[in-house]
Amino acid sequence: MNEEKNPVQKAFLSGDEALAQGAYEAGLKVACAYPGTPSTEILEYLARFPQVDTQWSVNEKVAFEVAVAAAIGGVRSLYASKHVGLNVAMDPFMTAVYTGINAGFVAVVCDDPGMHSSQNEQDTRWVSIYGKAPLIEPASPREAHSFIKEAFDVSERFDTPVLLRMTTRIAHSKEDVIIGMRTDLPNKPFELNIPKYVMVPRNAYQRHIVVEQRLVQLARFAETTRLNRVEKGSAKLGFVTSGVSYQYVKERFPDASVLKLGFAYPFCDKKIATFARSVKELVVIEELDPIIEDHLRALGIRSKAKHSSFRIGELRPEHLPAVVAGKKKKEEQNTSRKPVLCRGCPHRFVFATLKKIKAAVAGDIGCYTLGATPPLLSLHSCVCMGASVTFQEGWRRAMPDNKKIVGVIGDSTFIHSGITGLINAVYNKAKGVVMILDNGTTAMTGGQNHPATGKTITDQPAPRLILEDLCKACGVGTVDVISPGNIRDLESLIRSRLEQDALSVIIVRAPCRLIDRERRPAPAYDRNKCRKCGLCLNIDCPSVVKQDDGFIEIDRNACMGCHLCVDVCAPKALTKPV
Amino acid sequence: MKKHIETINILFCGTGGQGVLSAAEVCGVAAMRDGWHVKKSEVHGMAQRGGSVESHLRIGTNVCSPLIEPGQADYLVCFHEGEGKRLRYFLRKNGFDFVPLLPKASQLPDPRFANTFFLGILAAFLPISQQMWFDALSWVIAKRIEENKAVFNRGFEVGKGLTK
Repeated sequence: MNEEKNPVQKAFLSGDEALAQGAYEAGLKVACAYPGTPSTEILEYLARFPQVDTQWSVNEKVAFEVAVAAAIGGVRSLYASKHVGLNVAMDPFMTAVYTGINAGFVAVVCDDPGMHSSQNEQDTRWVSIYGKAPLIEPASPREAHSFIKEAFDVSERFDTPVLLRMTTRIAHSKEDVIIGMRTDLPNKPFELNIPKYVMVPRNAYQRHIVVEQRLVQLARFAETTRLNRVEKGSAKLGFVTSGVSYQYVKERFPDASVLKLGFAYPFCDKKIATFARSVKELVVIEELDPIIEDHLRALGIRSKAKHSSFRIGELRPEHLPAVVAGKKKKEEQNTSRKPVLCRGCPHRFVFATLKKIKAAVAGDIGCYTLGATPPLLSLHSCVCMGASVTFQEGWRRAMPDNKKIVGVIGDSTFIHSGITGLINAVYNKAKGVVMILDNGTTAMTGGQNHPATGKTITDQPAPRLILEDLCKACGVGTVDVISPGNIRDLESLIRSRLEQDALSVIIVRAPCRLIDRERRPAPAYDRNKCRKCGLCLNIDCPSVVKQDDGFIEIDRNACMGCHLCVDVCAPKALTKPV
Repeated sequence: MKKHIETINILFCGTGGQGVLSAAEVCGVAAMRDGWHVKKSEVHGMAQRGGSVESHLRIGTNVCSPLIEPGQADYLVCFHEGEGKRLRYFLRKNGFDFVPLLPKASQLPDPRFANTFFLGILAAFLPISQQMWFDALSWVIAKRIEENKAVFNRGFEVGKGLTK
């Protein structure tokens, strides 16, 4: 029929990509983010469109502020991050709910239940309750594509930032999605409005009154929006659910009645009560925290909910029978192969050296966090971005006689939130050694640019931040730049800086091997000289493979030729090839 | 509109760098172009650091869960023997296990075409037209297309023999 004139355009998109595509179609003009699994692909997809002004921001607070300001300035804007990224942006988020926006603004946050790539599994739905902002939850990539448009409409209709929340299983799963054309929107006029945007106490008080009234209006909207829907099925069994859990309910209980919450906060109390009365047994299925569960209890509605043991980890479809039966979660062993530093990674040189020195290493988030895995075991803390610098200082204050404390941080993470810690150390006269592992990229999230790479999100030239100059400008007396290739030089430099009664920075500079993939020849191995001492195995390189007879074999096909194993081999069984 | 079928569940697995996600992508795109509802689960981030990589691919007319449950996979398309053994519990009774076919894949003139070879075998079992497979190979892999098609066809012949 019309298919020849308007052929349906389908694309196989992940939740991230589908959301980005939908935002683009909705007339998005500005988007800001800092990379964070599982949200990174949102900005990577948006960066393809010249109509959207995209950036890798220095950190999530900056990203949020730039984006929300653009919305106040009159254009639809978007912020994206992972759950812990929003922690960094909480300050602007909380007060932006008071000011409201102008053109639509959506904060897209991707949670990571099961911690596939994160240091915790916090439930971002609390943030909408705490912050008093509406929460929209798609349950699939197709919904991500359509719900982002609704999110912009809600934002403009109610003059509020909107939180759109996905989880790893939606952000990184793919589905066939019908895509459409972009609607270009005129700018909304920018009005100077001091009572609305300047949150001095007198103005903020008035805005809080607006926020509370807005919540009432949003609750009314929740009752009628198509984002919440009742799927009528059996009167015997009904489920209240949201997010990807909805899909598991449909898979396992296709005949049951379902109340699917897509507009998840404020709650649609009347709709929930009506639904509860329509079924004999009501079960709440939600991942992580008991938010829907607690709310139903507050409403006085009888329902079944999961055992508290299921608040931990990802809720998978095979868990549903146990959940419905009220059983405890059976903890399963994680049998998957541990992630290790890539072959040839410059970080391996650093951790092999720190292991030899027996330093206490304050670390944080990046590929270098893998320095903690056995047998390297040379990174001893990882809590949040930038903490390498500040934990180094905190440990030194607690243990002034411990002269072997080192902070190890990556280039991108240092720019994100290490600079402030370094200035703090200088100003508050802390001593110690901070090592910046500069591999010229934001590596763990897939190799994104940042201010010190000299390139923008679209690989265009950008002014380059020179890290050694920055450290000196912060007031650090001694700043060294060294390549990790010679571990004897590296070891003697670290030892000498540790002995000094001063604060120093060592920048260890070598490119990430997923970017610089040039391979040098693999080492030669002389079995006759090998003493089976295991020193080469202690560096945990995937190309050094232990054999059943105690000797080793070099996986020549995959070896990058970094020769660290040669450097650590005391009996010289491993040598550089001629 | 496709006639309703029981959802087909395919688990792709291996280690980082083996092209697990690409193989699943080719299959997913081919199925999508053929008009099926497709969902694919994958986890990024740690994968390139040599860790385990698995991708769940589900093809049907109304696919809900993006995850395959243990004991529900119809096919275990595996590029690494150890990973295949570890994830064998996903395979249903009488499901098809590709692990025994790994020696055949290593005998290819270029073992890096193992993915395409396995996709060819898989294609013999799935309700997706050959043209869609070729389109998907061109779209996803995009290089050495003629060689990929040839290896795919070899795999398809092997697969046809196994469907009997």
